[in-house]
Amino acid sequence: MSHHVVEARNLRHVYADGTVALDGVSFRITHGESVGIIGANGAGKSTLLQHLNGHLSATDGEVRIGDIPVVKGTLREIRRSVGMVFQDADDQLFMPTVRDDVAFGPRNLGIPPHDVETCVADALEQVGAAHLCDRPPYRLSGGEKKRVAIATVLSMTPDILVMDEPTSGLDPHARRQLIAILKNFQHTKIIASHDLDMILEVCSRIVILSDGSVMADGEPGHIFNNSELLAECRLEMPLSMQGCPICSRPA
Amino acid sequence: MPSIAAAVLEIKQLDELARCDSPIHRLDARAKVLVAIIFCGTVMSFGTHDLSALLPFFIFPAVMIARSNLPPLFILKKMAFLCPFVFIVALFNPALDRTIVVHLGSVGISGGWMSFFSIVVRFFLTAGTALVLVGVTGFVAICQALEQMGVPQVFAAQLLFLYRYIFVLAEEGKRMSSARELRAYGSAGLGIASFSPMIGYLLLRTWSRAERIHMAMRARGFDGAFQAPATSHFGKAEMMHLIGWTMLFAFMRAENMSRLLGTLILGSLS
Amino acid sequence: MLPHPYPDETAKGAFAVHMADALISPSVGCTMWAASACAIAICSRRVREEMDDRQIPLMGVLGAFVFSAQMINFTIPATGSSGHLGGGMILSILLGPYAAFLTIASVLVVQALFFADGGLLALGCNIFNLGIFPAFIAYPFVYRPIAGSKPTRGRSTIAALASAIIGLQMGAFGVVLETTASGVSALPFYPFAALMQPIHFGIGIVEGLVTATIVSFVYNARPDIVCGRQAQAATHGTPLKNVLLTVLAIAILTGGVVSWFASEKPDGLEWSIKRITGTREIVGNNTRLHAFLAGVQKYVAALPDYFIKKPAHPAAPQSAAARAKENAQKTGSKLGTSVAGIVGGALTLTLALFIGLVLKKRSAAPSA
Repeated sequence: MSHHVVEARNLRHVYADGTVALDGVSFRITHGESVGIIGANGAGKSTLLQHLNGHLSATDGEVRIGDIPVVKGTLREIRRSVGMVFQDADDQLFMPTVRDDVAFGPRNLGIPPHDVETCVADALEQVGAAHLCDRPPYRLSGGEKKRVAIATVLSMTPDILVMDEPTSGLDPHARRQLIAILKNFQHTKIIASHDLDMILEVCSRIVILSDGSVMADGEPGHIFNNSELLAECRLEMPLSMQGCPICSRPA
Repeated sequence: MPSIAAAVLEIKQLDELARCDSPIHRLDARAKVLVAIIFCGTVMSFGTHDLSALLPFFIFPAVMIARSNLPPLFILKKMAFLCPFVFIVALFNPALDRTIVVHLGSVGISGGWMSFFSIVVRFFLTAGTALVLVGVTGFVAICQALEQMGVPQVFAAQLLFLYRYIFVLAEEGKRMSSARELRAYGSAGLGIASFSPMIGYLLLRTWSRAERIHMAMRARGFDGAFQAPATSHFGKAEMMHLIGWTMLFAFMRAENMSRLLGTLILGSLS
Repeated sequence: MLPHPYPDETAKGAFAVHMADALISPSVGCTMWAASACAIAICSRRVREEMDDRQIPLMGVLGAFVFSAQMINFTIPATGSSGHLGGGMILSILLGPYAAFLTIASVLVVQALFFADGGLLALGCNIFNLGIFPAFIAYPFVYRPIAGSKPTRGRSTIAALASAIIGLQMGAFGVVLETTASGVSALPFYPFAALMQPIHFGIGIVEGLVTATIVSFVYNARPDIVCGRQAQAATHGTPLKNVLLTVLAIAILTGGVVSWFASEKPDGLEWSIKRITGTREIVGNNTRLHAFLAGVQKYVAALPDYFIKKPAHPAAPQSAAARAKENAQKTGSKLGTSVAGIVGGALTLTLALFIGLVLKKRSAAPSA
């Protein structure tokens, strides 16, 4: 279905101070794909993600969601389809309680109050946070905040889920819970992360960004075995693919 | 830094208390806010030297604390930090006003001391009521009640945002402050020269955070106006709470209950 | 810089620009609340009309920033005492007057509710003293004209210093006016002012310096933060004339109402003056405090009286003895009621506690 396709065509973004953050990025992501965007710090991952929901406008080139170009006039529709989860959950949880935060999106869309309740319950159920409904955000742990942040976006029933460093700052248990949740989602997923092992588990396709350009775009197995490419982009193999640190046996 | 941590802890403790359950907690926030306002107004309306007439008013915080299961010692401990300004300004009264107005046996009590104690009692009554109000209602519910009662939405939203981010900012401020203190080696290192850049940096991070929050809000369809506030039910229990207490306050304002009781007791004794 | 409103061992300043419920009369309290409430309503509408939804998270987060920053101390050079940031001027510079006023007001609300900082009804006074003066007078009439839209470091420092000093002087003066107009405290006007103003002048200097250094730090990193508001104000421009007229109107209204109430109760101010001179003669006390104040009073008596249009009762040439007799008669008749009052007061207090305890036991019992 065309409205689930995410497409970038020669996307270029130059910041006000002259920094070229994105330099001719092109890709096409189809419905249900799970794509990991990896790269060194400063490679342009966050900038790219911010183009996908129209927060930044392109200096040159374009982004299309479905067949709708991401421009000022279409932002409302775009943001209905594309749900974005930020790196710092505190930036995303700004209402007095979890329930209010998760209901914020649906209410802004004009959904009637009774249906909002249903959306909220469903979203919290999906992330396993139904019991946190009436808590204020400051009483949530890091992992709980992350899950609730995802719920705030899920309640708008987006078709595409964009996530910036979802596992950063989580303890192993919370991280494992989050990975399980992500694997269950049927949405199109676009995940930017340094957590290469999570990307390996969750994503079926990898895009490597370096200095604002796409260096590679393909299957994880193929890309993660290319040590030269990884080194050039200041990356390395996921730990689960590296040899055993104790007996040096290869993975 | 103890004071940031202590301040946030106090806020959290009161917030925690507001989540408890009791007949008072279940009342609609509007009723509780209104009664608290009427109480403070009545207490304030007393004359400078009124002391005995004020004492019966302690029945209000006493009953509220008791019926809501708030820990009384906790409230009293908070009140123990009597606002220094009030204390010092009030102390001028006994110094300046030495007209004896009352004799207790052979001891003469001046008008100045009467007004000093009046000020102290008034402080405990009004500030204590504020604490009890937060303890049985919760800051969030108070803000929502205020909005329902006519406070502009922009201001009510501001209060809620402020409250939400105090915890986040206090955490950041505490970390930066600790880092600074650990490298201070005596008070010389804690001067303006180290304070300003630190606060400046905190300000920059705060500004960036605001930009990210704005991004998050817009990403979820926000267009400048918050949707209608939560509706709540103002029923019979609330009416009774409001009317009952208001009538009692009016009565206690009109009649000096202490004097009545005292005259009664003394009369029956003689 | 304001002395610490929170319990903290390191805070050495005891004087604060924070009013307290206990010190204001209902008339003054209500007047100031009315003024503050109007200001909140006007500013809310203004912020809404500007349709800049960036302001909403900004106000909230900067309010939290000021709240936190106020709890971090710094030592003041040469004095060794500690101070902390007030924040009113910084907020005005970063947010513009309307949003800054709302932010200051919101921080004061939180302090009043959670930290027993004065009380709910003095909040109106505090919001007025600490919000109106920095945001609507110091900022537009002192900071902006001096700093201009692209301030150099020197001009920015001078602007911050001047606006902080003037803003705090006005705030402190507001406290003096409100306290003396209320008549609850026995402090007479001139000694009180003589105490408050110089102290807050010093505080203003420190606040100005700290504000200037912070603003220049931020300006170096992100000039758009500091200049954005100035440029916006210049283009949209509330004509300064409008701001001036509004402020003037509020000032006249509050000044008029307050002085009307004060004139109705000459006791509020004259009372303390008369009491001092009367007391000195009766008690024959020659403490230095009395001597100083008596001297001030003598000086004061020669100055025009700003607050009272006409004394309610002319100062009749009564002898000290006659006055003492009159007072004694008055107090004598109050004796009976006073004793009953004290006895009854102690009883009601005990009763209140007792009722509270009984209720507590009853509410605990069913759940056990």
